[in-house]
Amino acid sequence: MAKDDLLGASLWDAYSNKVTTLMNNPQHQGEITPEEAEAHGNKLIVADFGAESCGDAVRLYWEVDPKTDVIVNSKFKSFGCGTAIASSDVMTELCIGKKVQEAVKITNIDVEKALRDDPDTPAVPPQKMHCSVMAYDVIKKAASLYLGVDEESFEEDIIVCECARVSLGTIQEVIKLNDLKTVEEITDYTKAGGFCKSCIKPGGHEDREYYLVDILAQTRKEMDEEKMKAAADAAAAGQEKFEDMTLVQQIKAVDAIIDENVRQFLVMDGGDMEIIDIKKNDDYIDIYIRYLGACNGCASSATGTLYAIESTLKEKLSPNIRVLPI
Amino acid sequence: MQVYLDNNATTMCDPQVVEAMQPFFSELYGNPSSLHKFGTATHPYLKKAIDQVYTALNASDDDDIIFTSCATESNNWVLKSVFNDLIVGGDKDHIITTEVEHPSVLSACRWLEEQGVKVTYLPVNDQGIVEPHTVKSFITDKTALVSVMWASNETGMIFPIKEIGEICKEKGVLFHSDGVQAVGKIPVDLQDVHVDFVSMSAHKFHGPKGIGALYIKNSQPLSPLLHGGEQMGHRRSGTLNVPYIVGMGKAIELATTNMEEKMASIRAKRDRLEDALLELSDTFVVGSRENRTPNTILISIRGVEGEGMLWDLNNAMIGASTGSACASEDLEANTVMLAIGADNELAHTGIRLSLSRFTTDEEIDYTIEQFKKAVARLRAISSSFAKVQPTPGGEAGECHIPHHMAH
Repeated sequence: MAKDDLLGASLWDAYSNKVTTLMNNPQHQGEITPEEAEAHGNKLIVADFGAESCGDAVRLYWEVDPKTDVIVNSKFKSFGCGTAIASSDVMTELCIGKKVQEAVKITNIDVEKALRDDPDTPAVPPQKMHCSVMAYDVIKKAASLYLGVDEESFEEDIIVCECARVSLGTIQEVIKLNDLKTVEEITDYTKAGGFCKSCIKPGGHEDREYYLVDILAQTRKEMDEEKMKAAADAAAAGQEKFEDMTLVQQIKAVDAIIDENVRQFLVMDGGDMEIIDIKKNDDYIDIYIRYLGACNGCASSATGTLYAIESTLKEKLSPNIRVLPI
Repeated sequence: MQVYLDNNATTMCDPQVVEAMQPFFSELYGNPSSLHKFGTATHPYLKKAIDQVYTALNASDDDDIIFTSCATESNNWVLKSVFNDLIVGGDKDHIITTEVEHPSVLSACRWLEEQGVKVTYLPVNDQGIVEPHTVKSFITDKTALVSVMWASNETGMIFPIKEIGEICKEKGVLFHSDGVQAVGKIPVDLQDVHVDFVSMSAHKFHGPKGIGALYIKNSQPLSPLLHGGEQMGHRRSGTLNVPYIVGMGKAIELATTNMEEKMASIRAKRDRLEDALLELSDTFVVGSRENRTPNTILISIRGVEGEGMLWDLNNAMIGASTGSACASEDLEANTVMLAIGADNELAHTGIRLSLSRFTTDEEIDYTIEQFKKAVARLRAISSSFAKVQPTPGGEAGECHIPHHMAH
């Protein structure tokens, strides 16, 4: 929030001139009939995506030369808003003259970029990116019909954010490399979730297979597990710093040192001690202990005995240790 | 020609209202709370404005009508003060409202839910209204308040306020109605219905923006939302907005003088427009005309998405409104469209046209012509009216929009 956010911009002000022009006068809207395609000796492909009850629907027509697989003509019909009509129009423009195998590589990113007035300014506001995603979906469908293959075969990666075309692998990698802790950070690093927001969590504009909140939770869990495993391996090899140990490992380490160096002297005098908790406190690691038996209330427990325990732990484990009796 | 048909969003300020307000910006600018003559000189005009509002609504002198900054404030005041007075400070824990209220009621109710209040959101029938027996069936001993709008901003449908008021009275539950779309549009007689609180807003009946009011029956106790100088009989603090209060008084007087005549004139134009638009194939209008505010049409045009239609109307210099999901910031379909549930496609094809007493017959003629032109252009583009069928296997798959948005 800042001064520029106080007045929300009008949705239409964020449309590029190209979007406006094509909405007002789409160049490729219309139909190709089976008779037309047949007269040219070409194959007609007609694919639908979406539905009126969903709020978006597009029908794509391809006239394909069967000898070369080139899309010689393309038209569209669209039930949708201004950006849906403009996206559909650009989509058909991009298809014409391409082989089907090339056309299927056209993504929503290409469609949106083709709608820009200048390369650095988005053609549509973020929540309208999903309109161009429909274009990509319907192209895949048309190509699968022509080539007689499954639509899924065109997708090499699992795409989590359709608007920004960010894959599951990319998101997982970025979380791990940069130790990301929030969905906002994922959006900052990858743009995923920055547009129609459907991929952030369930309940958005569209149902998705994967959501950023789940990917983040799962990846963080994996990171924790990896960290613990690494710590355990290092501990097993006797190489781990006390500061990097998990809490359980720290308690075990402290107990081991106490057992080896301190406990027998306390027990000799009819006393003992136990570890209550270990907490990181800025640069220090505070170990809270409780004296048992004769040590409890003994004058030396706050002076000599305490000094002996603390200096032993400092020497054997970490100079940052403080021992605090409670 | 340019035509403004979005009068349920806001209205033009009547020139007579502007004229009435003028002196209070430059000559009679005193603070009414001051002891000197500069302040007290405003009092007769404020008294007159208060009289105009009481008269227009047939409110009793025992009732309070408190000027607020807008109906959003009025709605929030009722909900939050009932929460403080009866829920935090009492043994109630429940509020009843409807699924189709204005965001200033729904958002406040969601906030109350976060504070632990139980809120029931009543569904509407296919006419877009809540039936009295539905309200009755949800009232319990723990219900503090029922809040049901007087008329819908989206559909214009008028709710059975008199019957709901009787039920609330019988059950001993406070009753609030957001009267924003009723006051100044249809007769509102506050001695004919039992309602404890009514919100209203001047800019919906050709008054200025930034002034509204809250009617409080028989000076019901309702703790203030704004504390300060204790103006308005200690009920709402803040320097009295003299020019706007005068403007609201004038506006409500103009709206309710010869109201039947004004309504008949607006209704005739609305009906002519509606009849002409319904000549188009595959269209329907939500709700019966008899039970609708006389200025409103919510029409669904199959195959034409709402934002696209608004775009073409805007190009023709016609201002209208849509509840289409595509036109909203969060892509959420309009809750009213979804709640009515009359048709899946309504959530994406609904266009709202709302007239005023300033709408002319020429404007209606022009709108009919341009509306039909826009529908023809967009249906020519629309996949809903395409003739060539998909290649086998090329049919659309499952709807990718979640059930709660697409019905």
